[in-house]
Amino acid sequence: MSEPIVWLTIFTLSVFVGVEVIAKVSSTLHTPLMSGANAIHGIILLGAILVTATTTSTLGLVVGLVAVVLATVNMVGGFVVTDRMLQMFRRKPAPAKSGRSAAGGPQS
Amino acid sequence: MTPTWVQLVYLACAVCFILALKGLSSPKTARAGNLIGAVGAVVACVVVFFAIPEAVLQSENIPLILVAIAIGAVVGVVGAQRVQMTQMPQLVALFNGVGGGAAALVALLELGDMTSAGHEPVGFDLAATAFTVVVGSVSFAGSMVTFAKLQELMTSRPVVFPGLPILFGGSLLVAVALSVVTVTNPTLWFGVVLALAGLLLGVLLVLPVGGADVPIVISLLNAFTGLTVAAGGYVLGNTVLLVAGTLVGASGTFLTKLMAAAMGRSVMNILFGALKGGSTLGAGVASDRPVRSGGPQDVAILLGYATKVIIVPGYGLAVAQAQHTLRELVDVLEERGISTDYAIHPVAGRMPGHMNVLLAEAQVPYEQLKEMDDINGEFKQADVVLVVGANDVVNPAAKTTPGAPIYGMPILNADEAKQIVFLKRSMRPGFAGIENELLFDPKTTLLFGDAKDTLGKLLASVKGL
Repeated sequence: MSEPIVWLTIFTLSVFVGVEVIAKVSSTLHTPLMSGANAIHGIILLGAILVTATTTSTLGLVVGLVAVVLATVNMVGGFVVTDRMLQMFRRKPAPAKSGRSAAGGPQS
Repeated sequence: MTPTWVQLVYLACAVCFILALKGLSSPKTARAGNLIGAVGAVVACVVVFFAIPEAVLQSENIPLILVAIAIGAVVGVVGAQRVQMTQMPQLVALFNGVGGGAAALVALLELGDMTSAGHEPVGFDLAATAFTVVVGSVSFAGSMVTFAKLQELMTSRPVVFPGLPILFGGSLLVAVALSVVTVTNPTLWFGVVLALAGLLLGVLLVLPVGGADVPIVISLLNAFTGLTVAAGGYVLGNTVLLVAGTLVGASGTFLTKLMAAAMGRSVMNILFGALKGGSTLGAGVASDRPVRSGGPQDVAILLGYATKVIIVPGYGLAVAQAQHTLRELVDVLEERGISTDYAIHPVAGRMPGHMNVLLAEAQVPYEQLKEMDDINGEFKQADVVLVVGANDVVNPAAKTTPGAPIYGMPILNADEAKQIVFLKRSMRPGFAGIENELLFDPKTTLLFGDAKDTLGKLLASVKGL
């Protein structure tokens, strides 16, 4: 693992990006946004694959496989359920309305 | 060392996650945003198979991993497709919990690896590992308790017992001490004990939180899991985990603050209010004070001869699956030339924005849904406000009773209307567990029964006018 300071830099910048990028969300989208962010941390699947693919013990393999299953449920289920929630924006009879919400809801 | 092309793909995936969050914060781009996030996640998880150095790869493990992924994917998709929209908050809690659990397990495996023969573990790595184990466990256990509360497997009321603050503080100290021990004197077993301490901490953190506040806690635990994943990324030396986890951790924390603000609460008050005594506790019992109840006929006449009606839908509507019947009733009223709108409270349902999802599913036109700030001035002109399965969001105690758990929460001004009709199953208080003075107001009529059943009768009566 390389220089901790490099990692700290990436971490700090990501914090600011994470806050800035959602700063203007309208309250209608709080739930889907939470669910989408929830799906994104399912990326721990990648970490689970890494450790499981390199483990040499049986116990490690079993624990690793459990982690893979859990992480996949988080990631796949998370994205699918978020998409289901967002189907309300699929048919849009009133473009004016969505334009208003896009301009920043009352909550921001 | 990870090959450069893999690092570049990771970078692209990290950008996908940023775009996903950006997209998810605006209705126009939300679906596309979610899709971009999914693509980034899938690509990253495919590429990782090519990033493992030959020297350490146990190739016989790969088929098993693929099987595990297949199982997880089936469970995830079926769960996400089958779930009733009303139960969606607890599903998100469940998904969040398993993610936190996975992160904790990964960190434990990594700890086992670090402490095995021939390795000289670095302090920073151990600290990050300990953090992942303990916070991942908190997130897992906490999410399971929120799931149980929302699914009503246990009481949704705050659970407080004497000594809880001491027990919580004690567990926190033990967890911190164990973390220090894990860093200074790393063995796998300390890690396991640390995980157990984290589980206890997670349960104790969520138990005293009242039902209405549980969604905020889901959001907070979501941010916890994000930070856990970020720390895991540091331990594994993986940039995409670090960036994705940090993004979720930061945006999740911020979103938690936004949600709490929408309910007029502070996060500290939500988490520790019950410990300080009383502040998230309510009466929780039905009162036997007199109320005026009416029949469907009476209410049909009120509605049928009104010029302006506002509907306040709540979770009870969704539980009774009465959205479609309600929409039919609104259609009939509109045909009679009565102006009818839905007033949507930001936290109507179980989570912010939940009611919009539920009504959209029943094909209610989006333009009939009015947000609280837009409609609150119109209640004065309304002849009838029809409150269907909602309670806390129209409870005047939020404005008048400083001690009430919902005090300070912005509410819909239903009390300003000329007539108020509540469709309720019983006199049971709402999710926040406190009595609603509006039910005893002389302007109020109560119509008891199952929402779907009652709305059906109401519909027939209005048609017959």
